Amino acid sequence: MTEPTPPPTPPPGPPLGLLAELTHRCPLMCPYCSNPLELSGARAELATDEWLRVIDDAAAMGVLQIHLSGGEPVVRRDLEQLIARCRANEIYTNLITAGVLLDEARLAALAEAGLEHVQLSIQGSRAETADRIGGYAGGHQKKLEVAGLIREAGLPLTVNAVVHRQNLDHLDEIIELAVELGARRLEVAHTQYYGWAYANRAALMPTPEQVTRANEVVAAAEERLKGVLAIDYVVPDYYAKRPKACMGGWGRQFLNVTPTGKVLPCHAAESITDMTFETVRARRLPEIWADGPAFQRFRGTAWMPEPCRSCDRREIDFGGCRCQAFALTGDAAATDPACGLSPHHDRMVALAEGESTAGADRFRYRTLRQKDVVGSASGG
Amino acid sequence: MTAPGFTAESVPRLASGVRLKDDRARGQTVLLAPERVLVLDETAVAVLRRLDGARSLGQLADELAAEYDAPADTILADVRAMLADLAEKGFVEA
Repeated sequence: MTEPTPPPTPPPGPPLGLLAELTHRCPLMCPYCSNPLELSGARAELATDEWLRVIDDAAAMGVLQIHLSGGEPVVRRDLEQLIARCRANEIYTNLITAGVLLDEARLAALAEAGLEHVQLSIQGSRAETADRIGGYAGGHQKKLEVAGLIREAGLPLTVNAVVHRQNLDHLDEIIELAVELGARRLEVAHTQYYGWAYANRAALMPTPEQVTRANEVVAAAEERLKGVLAIDYVVPDYYAKRPKACMGGWGRQFLNVTPTGKVLPCHAAESITDMTFETVRARRLPEIWADGPAFQRFRGTAWMPEPCRSCDRREIDFGGCRCQAFALTGDAAATDPACGLSPHHDRMVALAEGESTAGADRFRYRTLRQKDVVGSASGG
Repeated sequence: MTAPGFTAESVPRLASGVRLKDDRARGQTVLLAPERVLVLDETAVAVLRRLDGARSLGQLADELAAEYDAPADTILADVRAMLADLAEKGFVEA
């Protein structure tokens, strides 16, 4: 006898935001890159007219913000055209960039097309550290210059810093730098361990002491910089008691389109290797959102096992992160081990603490060929 | 609560990179900002629609007092508190 198929859970509403990963191409090689280990090349990327249709479909669904990301999105020569189409559809555009390929003329063109906000990544506060982490010589200095050009182009600036064991002790300097660069917002994001970051976890995992100190630095800066710099702090969940509400719940608010047109419930979803994803080349975006199997799989609460199923936080944290559950337990439906109620929680904490003090600092840099590039690729 | 930075003479406006949008798909008005979507209630919409970079806070409170038939000083205090909160988050500036 087969189990009855549960009725499909419809989405609670249209998605608020869409992450458009326009390309995997990028001059940097950050060892925590959020792209999948298996990167796609330029020839496989969606063409301009395919992206334009994604944008039109997103607008028709009610998407309010599109985050133009990558890889490095500015390598796409049609970026201005895509921004203009977002603008025509009244969609808010946010460019997520490493900055090193931008100049005054390109920024003017992007602003002219209707770009509304730029999020610039930095890899640290000091050139030597930052260039070693990004694997790109001269990158840090270039970013400092580009931050000025972004402000001069009249674009509001958010600085984004992914933090980990090898730059966390400079967090106070990173916050200071964001203020100096004229950012109104700073994202301090503890590394989330999927894909490249999972492969580099032993080189990135902060010590518990570093995390405690970082929490204090952020709390003090938030108070001191009220009205000057808003800080968004992504906490490190290996040391958490309760999991994060990943993506605000699977298939509830966000969707992600990859360079080749795959539609994902979150940018790391491809790390769940037993899942397949539809593409906008085969089916339209609103249909995939409405009833695509990948979106249905963890939408709502019916899929949850215990202890999530009966937990009074099940619609607060939605069981945490599916990718993390898969990475650490082999079961994407398991309770996120970041939760203290998970039977795997203690093992996760022990793993983090052990790795954080083992001193394995070498990075496996992000490369298209997945070949280990070790040591000091540049500047370090 | 105090509302540092805003007085009746202040001329507040939405910060750059922040705008109002009529969200027709959900039948509401939202404030779009970097990495944020704020769903606004009717009062907030009435206030934020008037932030044109020309009206002072005092003028704005007087208008709302007339429109909603409420005491201007109460409205001014409420609006100052609302805008101070939004300014702290970087959505509004003077």
